[in-house]
Amino acid sequence: MSFRDWYRIDRLPTIYCVGCGNGTVINCTLHAVDTLGWKWEETVFVSGIGCSSRAPGYIRTDSLHTTHGRALAFATGIKLARPDLHVAVFTGDGDLAAIGGNHFIHACRRNVDMTVICMNNWIYGMTGGQGSPTTPRGAITTTTPYGSGEGVFDLSALAVAAGANHVARWTSYHVKELTRAIQTGLETPGFSLIEVLTQCPTAYGRRNKLRDVAETVEYLKTHAILLQKYNRLVGEGKPVPEDMFTVGEFVRRNRPVMGVPP
Amino acid sequence: MQGNTACAEGALAAGCRFFAGYPITPSTEVAEHMALKLPKTKGVFIQMEDELASIAAVIGASWTGARAMTATSGPGFSLMMENIGYAAMTETPCVIVDIQRGGPSTGQPTLGAQGDMLQCRFGSHGDYSIIALSPASVQEMFELTVKAFNLSERYRVPTFLMADEIIGHMRERLTIPDSVEVVPRKKLDPGTLPFKPGEGDIPGFPAFGEGYGVHVTGLTHDERGYPAATNPRAHEKLVMRLVRKVESARREIADYRVTNPDAEKVFISYGAPTRTVYQVLHDRPKEEIGHLQLRVVWPFPEFALSEFPDAKSFLVPEMNLGQMAREMERHTDVPVIPVPKLGGELHTPDELAKALEGSR
Repeated sequence: MSFRDWYRIDRLPTIYCVGCGNGTVINCTLHAVDTLGWKWEETVFVSGIGCSSRAPGYIRTDSLHTTHGRALAFATGIKLARPDLHVAVFTGDGDLAAIGGNHFIHACRRNVDMTVICMNNWIYGMTGGQGSPTTPRGAITTTTPYGSGEGVFDLSALAVAAGANHVARWTSYHVKELTRAIQTGLETPGFSLIEVLTQCPTAYGRRNKLRDVAETVEYLKTHAILLQKYNRLVGEGKPVPEDMFTVGEFVRRNRPVMGVPP
Repeated sequence: MQGNTACAEGALAAGCRFFAGYPITPSTEVAEHMALKLPKTKGVFIQMEDELASIAAVIGASWTGARAMTATSGPGFSLMMENIGYAAMTETPCVIVDIQRGGPSTGQPTLGAQGDMLQCRFGSHGDYSIIALSPASVQEMFELTVKAFNLSERYRVPTFLMADEIIGHMRERLTIPDSVEVVPRKKLDPGTLPFKPGEGDIPGFPAFGEGYGVHVTGLTHDERGYPAATNPRAHEKLVMRLVRKVESARREIADYRVTNPDAEKVFISYGAPTRTVYQVLHDRPKEEIGHLQLRVVWPFPEFALSEFPDAKSFLVPEMNLGQMAREMERHTDVPVIPVPKLGGELHTPDELAKALEGSR
């Protein structure tokens, strides 16, 4: 892939902090679209508000940076009005699962043909580190100074339950797997969610003993358990190590979709 | 035909090919008629999960170049406010129909009101300008919907059809012309910066999927469309232009009807109360009573007030507590007398006659 084919060179460098995982996710996404041979003129990136949502501003396609939580509704309008365009959305855990939760489940239910890449860093980074619907129990944020006491959304499970055609979860460590998953999402008609667990050293890490980026990426690597392995352990009645999260492809199916050219 | 259906027919005649909405009384017939008709004209109808999503989908569709519309009423209108500001900031043409009902809150779902006249002008945060029209008949539901699309496309600004339950549910004869004027959206000249103002302070439109590679953001942006949110001068320049492109075109946008310009007592009306004013003028043919009917309400055409050089008082019947009367007061030394009516019923001719006599 030629870097200049997809990036808005005059917008670089990005606003992201040193050590942020978002750049990795953008790179993986652009590798995937480039591998598929998509043309930038026929591709639209959409986003809401937050660190993740700044991504389309660095990509030279047509791009719509919208309001907090509403990216999927804007993207639905674009895709239904111009089904021949490729539509992908960058979002984050706060944007997608808190303020945008209703649009999320309904976009999955409609199975609108779009690929949604969620940079889940367990925190509101742009506003300085408040708790989100994916903040782990006990984690310290500026709005949970004594440790989060709330439950956590499993975004991938939510998307599967709500009807999405393709759902996968990887991390900023698993760049090859992530790139392949995004590619599969882009190729699969209907709604695809790619959840990417990614590090935020500035707002999350420094308050939760994950200040060092290399250590955090190591954490993502060592605490990820492949879905198949997890299922095997559970099937065999064996214990699953604590603090592990599943990665892999949760679903790929062929439910009826919206927004595909006739 | 019913007013709401006439509105939908007007939208179709004006080339609307995308409608996103959410059911809400008393506007639902607009959506229902679009659901029936749009698929037959290769258009798109979608019922979204709420009004926030409805206006969002409309704006998204508009960026592909489609003429797009939604329709709602009070509670849904309130929910749309944030994205209406987004449409103003990103200069996205779109038509928002508000079939007003009694508020605040759930209020009177089945009865008319004009309580959203200031909300449509000032409802989203920050400074901006919009265009709003107000129909007083089924025929005007059709005509002013067509006009709303043309103004919205021309000025790249969210445009409101501020109707009410009475006009929306009224049934009258409608004449649909063989064709209507359709003002196309002016395209961006290739090689021009996407938010560089052209004629009338309005940039050409770089639709998605046409190779412009445009970045659109609700952040304060420069002429490239790139964020410039911490640049005070960029913000002032942008916001001043967003306001100026509408306000400096007030005379072109204005649409009003003048009756008896030599009168000393003048009714000013828009929407449903216009009907009662007609009745009063009809009942009192020997008295010289003036009437100014505003078909475009925002930007407010203050020069229309000087169409009545002998006016001693302006009587303003509104189905609210004087929202537009307050605006009129700013522009004239002639006493402006609000004639408010709440509760959902139209002013009676007697009530307006009393107001006329009370002002003597």
